[in-house]
Parts: sequence; structure tokens; C-alpha cells
Amino acid sequence: MSEALINLAYLVASALFVLGLKGLAHPRTAVRGNLMGALGMLIAIVVTLLHKDIIDYKLIFTGFVVGGAIGAILAVKIQMTAMPQLVGLYNGFGGGASLLVAGAAWIETLTMAQAGDAQAMALLGNEQFSVATIASGIIGAVTFWGSLVAFGKLQGLVTEKPVRYSGEQVVKVVLLVGAIVLGVLLIQTPEHIPFYWYMVAVASVLGVLLVMPIGGADMPVVIALLNSYSGLAAAATGFVLSNNVLIIAGSLVGASGIILTNIMCKAMNRSLLNVLFGGFGEVAETAEEGDIYAGKIKATSPEEVAMLLETAQRVVVVPGYGMAVAQAQHAVRDLFNLLESKGVTVEFAIHPVAGRMPGHMNVLLAEADIPYDKLKEMDEINPQMEQVDVAIVLGANDVVNPVARTDPNSPIAGMPIIDVDKARTVIVIKRSLSPGFAGIPNPLFALDNTLMLFGDGKQMIQEVINALKEG
Amino acid sequence: MTDFVMILTIFVLAIFVGFEVITKVPPILHTPLMSGSNAISGITIIGAILSAGTQHTALTTVLGLLAVIFATINVVGGFMVTHRMLEMFKRKE
Repeated sequence: MSEALINLAYLVASALFVLGLKGLAHPRTAVRGNLMGALGMLIAIVVTLLHKDIIDYKLIFTGFVVGGAIGAILAVKIQMTAMPQLVGLYNGFGGGASLLVAGAAWIETLTMAQAGDAQAMALLGNEQFSVATIASGIIGAVTFWGSLVAFGKLQGLVTEKPVRYSGEQVVKVVLLVGAIVLGVLLIQTPEHIPFYWYMVAVASVLGVLLVMPIGGADMPVVIALLNSYSGLAAAATGFVLSNNVLIIAGSLVGASGIILTNIMCKAMNRSLLNVLFGGFGEVAETAEEGDIYAGKIKATSPEEVAMLLETAQRVVVVPGYGMAVAQAQHAVRDLFNLLESKGVTVEFAIHPVAGRMPGHMNVLLAEADIPYDKLKEMDEINPQMEQVDVAIVLGANDVVNPVARTDPNSPIAGMPIIDVDKARTVIVIKRSLSPGFAGIPNPLFALDNTLMLFGDGKQMIQEVINALKEG
Repeated sequence: MTDFVMILTIFVLAIFVGFEVITKVPPILHTPLMSGSNAISGITIIGAILSAGTQHTALTTVLGLLAVIFATINVVGGFMVTHRMLEMFKRKE
């Protein structure tokens, strides 16, 4: 197949990627969009296989079978609650592939140059090629190892708590500078390939150290950022190979990750630098907890909650990561169906950083068959909160803490929250009064209109359903 | 126009297209957006195919094979899991 035809096919693939992402603008068109993206990928792969320089297909197809089997099994078996770690893992593989391809391209070019190929010699001296190889190696390694650590944290293999030590920022800067210096050394002595691997090794350590200090509830930001890196690594590889489809696909993904990172940071009222380098969640200000809660906490029972719900017209459920941990989404769906059948309007208010990745709660609720038009964004539901009869907080804490609005010295000051405290009655389903990720007490629990239903989320919802059916 | 400037032009314009398209994705679809865009970043697979298939040296062939495996996990897994999620959103019309 001629070079021009291959490039035309790549153009078609790029257009399909753009159209595919465009399809994600609405749940109705999203399935088709994703299929268009997949078709684009298929076209790109098929024409690449027709490239005249390929002399052997055995290894390629071995790779397809092995990778395809692993990818497919993961995709089919994974539980929706574990989606954050799966996406984290995929990010890592993308970054890893980019760094391997860039390294291989360098070695191939070097071998050809040493055999006297003039074009390859020119390429080794070309800044686009060399700088892009280094960028791809560094970003790829950071993405790969950073993602593995994120996966470990989400899967519970590595501590979810922030791991901090004195001088950590200096260590990271030194590692980044060290990786770049090794890259420059590689450019100066292209035949000394170990420099590439030293650079990758240093960047790998950097990737691990970048994610280790980040705590569980900040994971949405990290996953989004690593998503962006995996795209940028692919784009850098595109510069290495002077390949347009890699550059276009990579920059689309890079842009997507940056937008999501930005949305997540705004939803916590923190800068990206603060999330990555700031110390959040380590200072537990529990001193005044006693004053806030003393004598003001009202515990309730599933029967009482059922009575409140019977007489309500409008109910809003605010889910958090706790709902995922308790696997309570199906019980919530049963409660939703029961209440709707009794003529109660039930909606879900979803905070952008609820859960461990962007959109995590929406996926869980969709899995449980909750219609997507019942899933409301924070900005949509907040102005209507005063008309809500009962707000049920299920496994969420910091994202409904009114301190964010009232106390400028609080670690979550200025963070947009779901204003459940404005509802007529608030029911908080929670095991205990323990603080959320921010490590601060939540005055919501002590409000006059708040009732605490202590217990496991799934079990409590189930008992409320039973009480409703009996009542 | 040099090759580099041309390729840089494509890069910058693609980022703008990305921003335009992706800001229109609603928050309820942010998880499928991440997994789907992730599958697209598996486009490195075409570089991997060339390294594994052209077999310049033993080392580049091995690197290429490993890269094909990594990228295929990304592509196949990414598109499949996205499809699985999107079907869940679709089914309640």
C-alpha cells in the first residue's frame, strides 16, 4: 500500500476519533460514538499491517491475541465499583506502550544510521525526533508507574493515605532534572542507548513518588491527569514517528484529560499544584469535634425514615464513595422504584468529585438501572434544595459539609458543596460520626433538621425498604 | 513550511478540536469519556506494530512485541469496557 493511501486512511481514522468523542455529548449517541472510535482504530491498525516494511506477522498477532485476551477479560469481568482502578491501569499501559515504541524507534534509527543510511543519520540529528523521543520516554514512564501506584492505592494494595516526607518536593525536582539531563546526554551521544533506559528508570521513580503522596479522595484528579499524560505520551510518540494520527489522537486525549483534571480541581476549590504537592487530609482537626456534636446528634431508625419518606413529595439522594464501598447501588434502585411507585419524586444529586474518578457515581447508578435523567448535577439541584422534603446522604461526607460555605479557615473552605442542609429533613446514613477524607467534623450531622441513621449503607436502605413495605 | 512546523500545526489544531468537543461531554458520561479516550490513546499500537513487524534488531522486536501487547490491552479493553458502560446508560430510554 502506498504511503499516500496509508496516510489517507489515517486521516479517516482521525476524523472517526473526533466524531466518536463528539458522540459522547449525549447518552443517546454515545454508544455509536464509541463504535466510531473503535472503527477508526481498526482502520488505522489494518492499513498499518499493510505497510511494505513488515516482514513478519507472527509476533504482531501473538501480541494481539495476548493483549486482546487480557484487555477483554478485564473489560468483561470488572465490577463497576472497580472502574477507577481499571481506567488507571489502562492509562498505565498506554504510557508504557509509548515509551517502548519511542525507545525502539531510537534503536532502529541508530542501527540504520550505523549501517550507513543517510536518512537515519539525518534523523538522529533532528531535534524533533530526539526531543520527542525523550519526552515520550519520560512522560510514558511517569504515566506507567504513576498509574500502577494509583491502581495499587485504589485496589487497596498500597496505602490510600498520603505518604509524605520532608524534602519530597526537592526530591521530585531533582528526579525530573536528572531524567532530562540523561535525555540530553542521549542526544549528544546517540549511540549510547543505556542513557535512554537510565532516563526511563529515573522517570519511573518520579512517577511512583508523584502519586504516593496523594490520598484516596484526590484520586479523581490523579486519574484524570494520568489520562491526559497517556495522551500526551502518544502525541510525543507521534512526533518521534512523524505520524499525524498519533499526534491527533494523542492530543485529543491529552485535552480530554486536562479538561477533566480542571473540572475536578474546581469542584474541590483547589489548584492542581495544591492537589499534587499540597498537604491535604493529613491534619486532622478533631479537637472541637466534641463541641460540635455534643448532645445535638439525633439517631433515627429505619422505621422512622420510612414514615418520613411516605409523607414526602420530593426526595433527593446524595451518593458518595461509601455507596460504592457498601455496594449499595442496587438496594438504592429498589428504594427508588418503590418510592416512585408511591408517587414520590426521587432524584440523585451528584457532586463532581463524589467517588474515586470523574463520573464514578453516575456509572454505578446507571448500572443499577436508574434512568439518567434522574441524575442531577450539583449546580442544577442546589437552587431547588429548599423544596426538597427529604435529602438522603449515603456514604458522602465532605461534599455535603456546610463548613465549606461558612468557615474560611477550614481545609475545604470555598469548595462547592451540595446544600443538603437546606432540605426540610436530612437523613445521613453512615456507620459512625468519623470524619471524611478532609479529616474535619461535619456540623451537618448536628443540625436540627438532620437525623443520623447509623449502619451499613446497603443494609440500612434494605431495612427502610422493608419498613416501607410493611407500613 | 518545514515538516516540524506542519506537524506542530496539526498538534495545536487537534488540541483545540479536543477542547471544543470534550467540553460538550456532560458530567454523567465522564467515566466512559475517560475509558473511551484511553482506548483512543492506544493508537501507539501502530508504532508498536511497525517495530514488532519490521524486526530491525532482536531488541527492537522484543520491545515492539511488548508494546503491541500493552497497546492492545488498552485498545481492546478500553473500547469494550466503554461499550459496556454506555449500554447501561442507553437501556433506560
